Amino acid sequence: MQVAVKLFAHFRNNRFKKEVRTIAPGVTVGAIVTELSIAEEEVGVVLINGRHGSLDQALAEGDILSLFPLVGGG
Amino acid sequence: MQETVAFLQKNSEDGLLSFPDQQEAAGRFSLHIAEVEEIALCHDLLPARYQRNRAMLSIQQQLSLLRSKVAVFGCGGLGGYIIEELARLGVGRITVVDPDVFEEHNLNRQLLCTQELLGSKKVDAAAHRVAAVNPAVRIQAFDTAFCQDNSTEILKDADVAADGLDSISVRLELAEACKNQNIPLVHGAIAGWSGHVAVQYPGENILQYLYAGNKTGHGVERRLGNPSFTPAAIASLEVAEIVKILLKTEPLLPRRYLAMDLYHMEFTEVFFPEG
Repeated sequence: MQVAVKLFAHFRNNRFKKEVRTIAPGVTVGAIVTELSIAEEEVGVVLINGRHGSLDQALAEGDILSLFPLVGGG
Repeated sequence: MQETVAFLQKNSEDGLLSFPDQQEAAGRFSLHIAEVEEIALCHDLLPARYQRNRAMLSIQQQLSLLRSKVAVFGCGGLGGYIIEELARLGVGRITVVDPDVFEEHNLNRQLLCTQELLGSKKVDAAAHRVAAVNPAVRIQAFDTAFCQDNSTEILKDADVAADGLDSISVRLELAEACKNQNIPLVHGAIAGWSGHVAVQYPGENILQYLYAGNKTGHGVERRLGNPSFTPAAIASLEVAEIVKILLKTEPLLPRRYLAMDLYHMEFTEVFFPEG
């Protein structure tokens, strides 16, 4: 099945802004994060189709996954 | 009082009151500059320093700002700019909280940090800066780290809390304290070219959503650092939200998060569910 992955801020560096990926059913957000070589502890807001999601959530056909970095400086 | 009002009216020009005349009135009638400012605003006179605010803030709104109190947590990258902008706006009471002294690595971005102040307390620099910019602003400084034990005292009478902290764990504690005391929290955070802003209104939990993935108490700023312009931009967005909350002017949008990416010059708006 196909999902779209959108990356924000420095997650795009040496990766992409938006990419359609083919994944197996049941694949979680966390698995995609790992596949993209993004450290899990660097992931902040996770959106699935514009709604708040989490790393352990499985994706469905046609989902749009957005990943923002965890930002905590001041 | 009548004498003070008459003096201020006599010395105003085009509805504006110069700072030397405010000082003269303060000396003559034994008043604090803030008291002179309040009397002036109550009688439709605008301190001349605010004349460029006049088209966007009414005298009544300027008076509301003078009577407001904002608690700023952190006097570093974000906090320095937040304090500066609040003081210039004429927010009458500012509480500043920071346990740290300036170090060399603060010089690249922290407005209050100068060469001469390395080793000095950040809250002292904030107090001096505010006094130098706008003597009508009364500042209360807490040279200590925010925690649950001191939260009631620090947040006492605050209309809004402003987040300039550099720790996710402490932010979550602040969010909890603000929630318990029914105080809106304007949250901002930065890392590298990026940052975000959100407002937690009483009864909401937006920071819990933003930081659901928090494991270490810190974000990617530990790896990316922070340049000069990111804190300035996010602090300004925070202050714009603070002003609207203080003035209750705009329809406020709760549960909204604005992510800023200055490298790609993108702003992304996200809405969070209720609860």
